Amino acid sequence: MINKTIPLIFERSTPGRLGYQLPNLDVPEIPVSELIPEEYLRVEEPELPEVSELEVVRHYTQLSRINYAVDVGFYPLGSCTMKYNPRVHEDLAALPGFANIHPYQPESSVQGALELMYNLGKHLATISGLEATTLQPAAGAHGELAGLMVIKAYHTHRGDGQRTEIIIPDSAHGTNPASCAMVGYNVVEVPSNERGAVDVEVLKGLVGPKTAGLMLTNPNTLGLFDENIADIAEIVHDAGGLLYYDGANANAILGIVRPGDMGFDVVHYNLHKTFSTPHGGGGPGAGPIVVSEELAQFLPGPVVHKDAGCYCFSMPEHSVGRICSFYGNFLVYLKAYAYILSHGSDGLRAVSETAVLHANYMMRSLQEYYHLPYDRICMHEFVLSGKWQREYGVRTLDIAKRLLDYGYHAPTVYFPLNVEEAIMIEPTETEPKSTMDEFIEVMRKIAKEAKDNPELLTSAPQNTPLKRLDEATAARKPILRWSK
Amino acid sequence: MSEKILFTKEHEWVVAKGNIVRIGISDYAQNELGDVVFVDLPAVGDRVEEGEGFAALESVKAVSDVYAPVSGEIIAVNEELEDSPELVNESPLDKGWIVEIEIDGGAQLGDLMNEEEYKAFLKEA
Repeated sequence: MINKTIPLIFERSTPGRLGYQLPNLDVPEIPVSELIPEEYLRVEEPELPEVSELEVVRHYTQLSRINYAVDVGFYPLGSCTMKYNPRVHEDLAALPGFANIHPYQPESSVQGALELMYNLGKHLATISGLEATTLQPAAGAHGELAGLMVIKAYHTHRGDGQRTEIIIPDSAHGTNPASCAMVGYNVVEVPSNERGAVDVEVLKGLVGPKTAGLMLTNPNTLGLFDENIADIAEIVHDAGGLLYYDGANANAILGIVRPGDMGFDVVHYNLHKTFSTPHGGGGPGAGPIVVSEELAQFLPGPVVHKDAGCYCFSMPEHSVGRICSFYGNFLVYLKAYAYILSHGSDGLRAVSETAVLHANYMMRSLQEYYHLPYDRICMHEFVLSGKWQREYGVRTLDIAKRLLDYGYHAPTVYFPLNVEEAIMIEPTETEPKSTMDEFIEVMRKIAKEAKDNPELLTSAPQNTPLKRLDEATAARKPILRWSK
Repeated sequence: MSEKILFTKEHEWVVAKGNIVRIGISDYAQNELGDVVFVDLPAVGDRVEEGEGFAALESVKAVSDVYAPVSGEIIAVNEELEDSPELVNESPLDKGWIVEIEIDGGAQLGDLMNEEEYKAFLKEA
């Protein structure tokens, strides 16, 4: 890691320096003021950096060297499934037959691409235990939005307009209530019980004629499997509501249990998490949804169907419409498809079994050093609490910052909200045991430092190009634009 | 009603003067939230129902609702919080007040705790 700050590219500017040379103009020059009405023209000169090509290359190469990524080191960011993305996916996505096709091409000339989309939809349906897929949503929260639109369309289509509420557990991802609000649903919160699962008795009192549905992640954000899911599904269905499966944590259950069999009616998958396509800044993502046979008619389109051996686009009969331009993020589908085919059903099951084994190994290795609020077998991730360290004046944020000094990306902190000083760790299946052991060792060391030398934590990080950032001021008074 | 400070289980404080109550969050609450970076205030004239979230505090950690301990109408909001959300951290019980609500005729303040009871409540939690 480079232990110095890198100036902004604007600060590298030298007046008059050029990084390009344009060819001579071979058409008559027309002043821009004759082409664009004056009121739309800017008066102030833009302050663009004046740098040579070499300076541009060095600037961004230097920045890239202080990047942290899963290609650089362990990235235990809970709830994000930062697994390794196989490089062969990039080779496949670069094949000209995929990379160079255009969405305006006639369907007859892109049958291979359509077949891939059709097959991916079928595989996701098989994996989820449901019937029909749309690949359209561009990310997980977009999938939530699409799924809730489908649920709303289903109720409206039945002439049942009084269902205005979606029930969500207190451990849910923040995107769940946000998606509800976007669709115009009110959120009703159901608390967790002492085992970290949905409190079924409370749920019974919350459902009723206003219940449009329930959104659940299973395993939930505590990394715990909700064993009462069959009862929960029955309670919601009996009240006339539908069940939405937030697939954020699907990496724990591939080939082991299917959301459709648990009673869910709508599922979204984050292809960029579970199916190993680039993630975060490396996106774009994809959040396909899979629904029951009854809901297929409401899916956003276009979807691919097969007709006499040919693949073509169509809109489902009562589709909620388009939610994405063209056909979504095709090259992401391609990578997910490659991942599914290269693993096969046994391989996908092994992915989840290994992810769960890794998380349990790390949880048991750390529980003597950090408070473990829910002491039971976890799924693909687990949540510790920094509350023991708080006695020494150290907060979870300080533990996370100290991890940066040891060269790691910090875990997810302060989430889920129902655990005090939460630290959420998700190792994923792709890490070797040696990496996990090294991280465990560092976490134990930090627990000792918190007791013996808390200053080390509260002043961390020291080994990064910038030390402790003033996040509060950055958020309160953000400087969003560079100026001299 | 008296002017003494009362607390809710959701960690709001309430000071009542006649049928007007001023509301903020407790010192414990601001410490748990961490640095508040944005306060989403309601509009003067908005109606609130007891138990309903009427404002949101965004901290570096999370966004949390502030709940109404009583039904009524918002008659004043602390506009200083728009530019200086840090007042919630620096002076939670005074300059960091959030709104004033005029209580509906006949409405009662919910089941609130006095300072001692609140301290005991925090110890239990």
